[in-house]
Amino acid sequence: MSEKVNINFSVNGDQETREAVVGQTLLKFIRDELHLTGTKEGCEIGECGACIVLLNGKPVNSCMVLAVELDGQELVTIEGLAKNGELDRIQQAFIDHAAFQCGYCTPGMIISARALLDRKPSPTDEDINEALSGNLCRCGAYQEIREAIKASSKK
Amino acid sequence: MAELKYVGTSVPRKDAIEKVTGSAQFIEDRFLGPMLYAKMKKSTVAHGKIKRLDTTKALKHPGVKAVLTGKDYPNKIGLYLVDRDFMAVEKVRFWGEPVAIVAAVTEQAAVEAVELIEVEYEELPGVFDPIEAMKPDAPIIHEDLGSYDLVPIFYPQPGTNIANHFKLRKGDVDKGFAEADMVIERDYYVPQMQHVPIETHKAAAHWSPDGKLTIWSTAQSPNVVRQLLAKSMNIPMHKIRIISSYIGGGFGCKAGASLEGLVVPFAQKFPGHVVRIVFNREEDMQGTFTRQALNAHLKTGVRKNGRITALEYKMIWDGGAYTEYGVNIVRAAGYSSTGAYDIPNVKTDSYCVYTNNSIGGPVRGFGMCEMQWGIERQLEAIAKELKMDPLEIRLINGMKEGSTTASGQVVHDVAFDKCLKIVAEKIGWGKKEGNFRGKGIAGLVKCPAQPSNAASSAIIRINEDGTAHVMVGATEMGQGMLTVISQIAAEGLHIPVDKIDIKVPDTDFTPYEWQSVGSRITYTCGTSVKRAAEDALGQIYRNASNLLEVPPEDLIFDGEKVYSTKDPTKSATIREVADSCKKCTGEGIAGPIIGTGSFVPTNMTNLDSETGQGNPGMFYCFGATAVEVEVDPETGVIKILQLAASIDSGKAINPRLCTTQLHGGTIMGLSTALYEEVLFDKGIMLNRNFTDYKIATIENVPHMDSFIIETPETNGPYGARGIGEQPMIGVAPAIANAVCDALGVDFNTFPLTPERVWRAIKAKQ
Repeated sequence: MSEKVNINFSVNGDQETREAVVGQTLLKFIRDELHLTGTKEGCEIGECGACIVLLNGKPVNSCMVLAVELDGQELVTIEGLAKNGELDRIQQAFIDHAAFQCGYCTPGMIISARALLDRKPSPTDEDINEALSGNLCRCGAYQEIREAIKASSKK
Repeated sequence: MAELKYVGTSVPRKDAIEKVTGSAQFIEDRFLGPMLYAKMKKSTVAHGKIKRLDTTKALKHPGVKAVLTGKDYPNKIGLYLVDRDFMAVEKVRFWGEPVAIVAAVTEQAAVEAVELIEVEYEELPGVFDPIEAMKPDAPIIHEDLGSYDLVPIFYPQPGTNIANHFKLRKGDVDKGFAEADMVIERDYYVPQMQHVPIETHKAAAHWSPDGKLTIWSTAQSPNVVRQLLAKSMNIPMHKIRIISSYIGGGFGCKAGASLEGLVVPFAQKFPGHVVRIVFNREEDMQGTFTRQALNAHLKTGVRKNGRITALEYKMIWDGGAYTEYGVNIVRAAGYSSTGAYDIPNVKTDSYCVYTNNSIGGPVRGFGMCEMQWGIERQLEAIAKELKMDPLEIRLINGMKEGSTTASGQVVHDVAFDKCLKIVAEKIGWGKKEGNFRGKGIAGLVKCPAQPSNAASSAIIRINEDGTAHVMVGATEMGQGMLTVISQIAAEGLHIPVDKIDIKVPDTDFTPYEWQSVGSRITYTCGTSVKRAAEDALGQIYRNASNLLEVPPEDLIFDGEKVYSTKDPTKSATIREVADSCKKCTGEGIAGPIIGTGSFVPTNMTNLDSETGQGNPGMFYCFGATAVEVEVDPETGVIKILQLAASIDSGKAINPRLCTTQLHGGTIMGLSTALYEEVLFDKGIMLNRNFTDYKIATIENVPHMDSFIIETPETNGPYGARGIGEQPMIGVAPAIANAVCDALGVDFNTFPLTPERVWRAIKAKQ
């Protein structure tokens, strides 16, 4: 069977040691091994953004990263945004602005938005468009997504 | 009508917290248990006989549990015309058609084993253009067309590739043309598109030794999946359970039945296992429904005053290799073939034609985007010839209260003129803003396309504490069904929305719903829920009447307690009424309250087989789109400067969700107008991923202005009608009309890619 290696990492603030199959994507590892199913698979080839997570604070398509690369890194998934039962302000803004429909792209969308706001607390429309251009939403909630991100910006 | 408390308010979505926290379960998140992974072996030719199919090596591959071919499993399936093989049996009819399927203990083993299956084909001449496929010497794709089961409202022509010929004759078209001052005749073409929901198609099956089949599926319509599998596999319905979850986008591609049947034989072979099939992006694009391409020919007669006197509309649709569902799109486009306009004399022939392209089927709009492209472009051409304002010609011919559709149905509760005027005004209609800038407008209409007896039902359980559970068979794919249906229930029950629980369907527990398609759920499911709520409220009053000894008509339920309007001291809490109600003597009055309601349309009829006349529309929903564009003459790039959309939703149950539907449909329309076209080379789909098949991203979406018009629908729940598909219809023609206004270049097809626009500009120079 496939070779496995031990990896140490933090996930949503918790330190973990797990075995990862060599060749397994980070996306599969997150879903199948960590059982964090909020991260979604949409294309498996880095085109749609449904699987975006924060790796050391930077947004990455987890289908384009190998699980073994997680060793020594810090991972945040959609499940890690709400703290002590309180939604992150971007999550609340997505609710207030009805910034999703089917919700399948939403975890990736929110993670990308979080990364943008961390980097640039008061983004312009152009900043938002650029930062989220790798997140596809077929339901077409883009206008509401822009509004939600603007509403969560530092005034 | 009494003042509404919950209907008409923009309460947050019921699924909101789950969806923003990643805790919302989509179907794959619920595949649990000892798993087997299924993978398909797909055809490498578009039309051919299977000469040899050898699964020996695949069967010996480590981890493989079983391999099945079409011969092992020759069942057919179909919603309207039972023409579709689960797997190709003796011949393949499209490139990528499944010919065999592997089940293995890991996905990797299944993928590897598929490569070890050996197939030899004797290639047959293929036909990839429906016009060619209609010719007498065309290769026949379905030799057994005459023997297929079908709903007898479709008219296949055995011995040809015509799977359905819908005929419509209204008035006297020769007389209409004779009365015209001008006749315009033009061709239009709409290519295939793909839905590309971000969640692909997925299903899993489990067979228990007592003969119970459980299926988890992304299907939009669990009851139809159950019905079709029961028929195809001869299993009684109570032995099939279909479980739905949140659906990651549907748009029609997950309507009917799709991949569920592929894993059932494995489940039966390995009881206790969960056999899963998950389409990857390429499989999803190539192996599920595409929007049928349309070749349209319109001949329109018009008087100098702009009044259209006659229309002859010929539609030739690319049904693809199987048209079990597509035959009804062809019918719907046929009976709606005047679009949003009242035309007295109409002759329409709409043909669904088999080709060796991917399977055609339902997409948001169900034929209306394709059919109304020609209508709205033709109106533009007529306005130009008559030197008439394009808005004016739409207002002159647009349907009004009491107008008749192509099928002769009289329409009511219509405010199409309002829809047109409001978007026109928003973009500053009539003011030319400069070189390379132009404005365009398009109207739109659609009724749900469904059988005349497509039903809905609902059950409402009142808990001991006065909270409630609403059970319906409609699915939640983003449209906001859970929220809107809860609001309708809340209104009827007098119980606040946050005290109402609603879940996605599970056919063992939720009552029947035909399908979550056609923008029909708010209306049909909504009506059944309204009736169930009225039933439950009636029981609350009856129980309270017995308890308080007050006539029911003197009682009011305020959501917390029931009291007498004449003597408010006579009151009971909902707990006292709903929790096995008993008198103070201890004698029981009534048990728990369960309200039920069902709905079937009573205003639809069959259509005459020769004239297509009758009432196919449960309701008609009108709207309009207006845009202002700026075109770069050097590059052909279209910039959308203004985009305004209106829709007549009737009473908006949740105005905010109506707006999101209006925006979403408009963006999908924009995306198809500017970017989307499935490309085939002799049946091989060339653009099968998001890099090659571009859809609109956030960068491509301008600010939109939206207008919810609320002309009450007399028979809709609280006056509501459905709007999910409609906003998409007008976008492509509005943009093309605007580009035409900007540069005088004309398009008979879309997407309006920079190359296409640039070429049109060059051709004009």
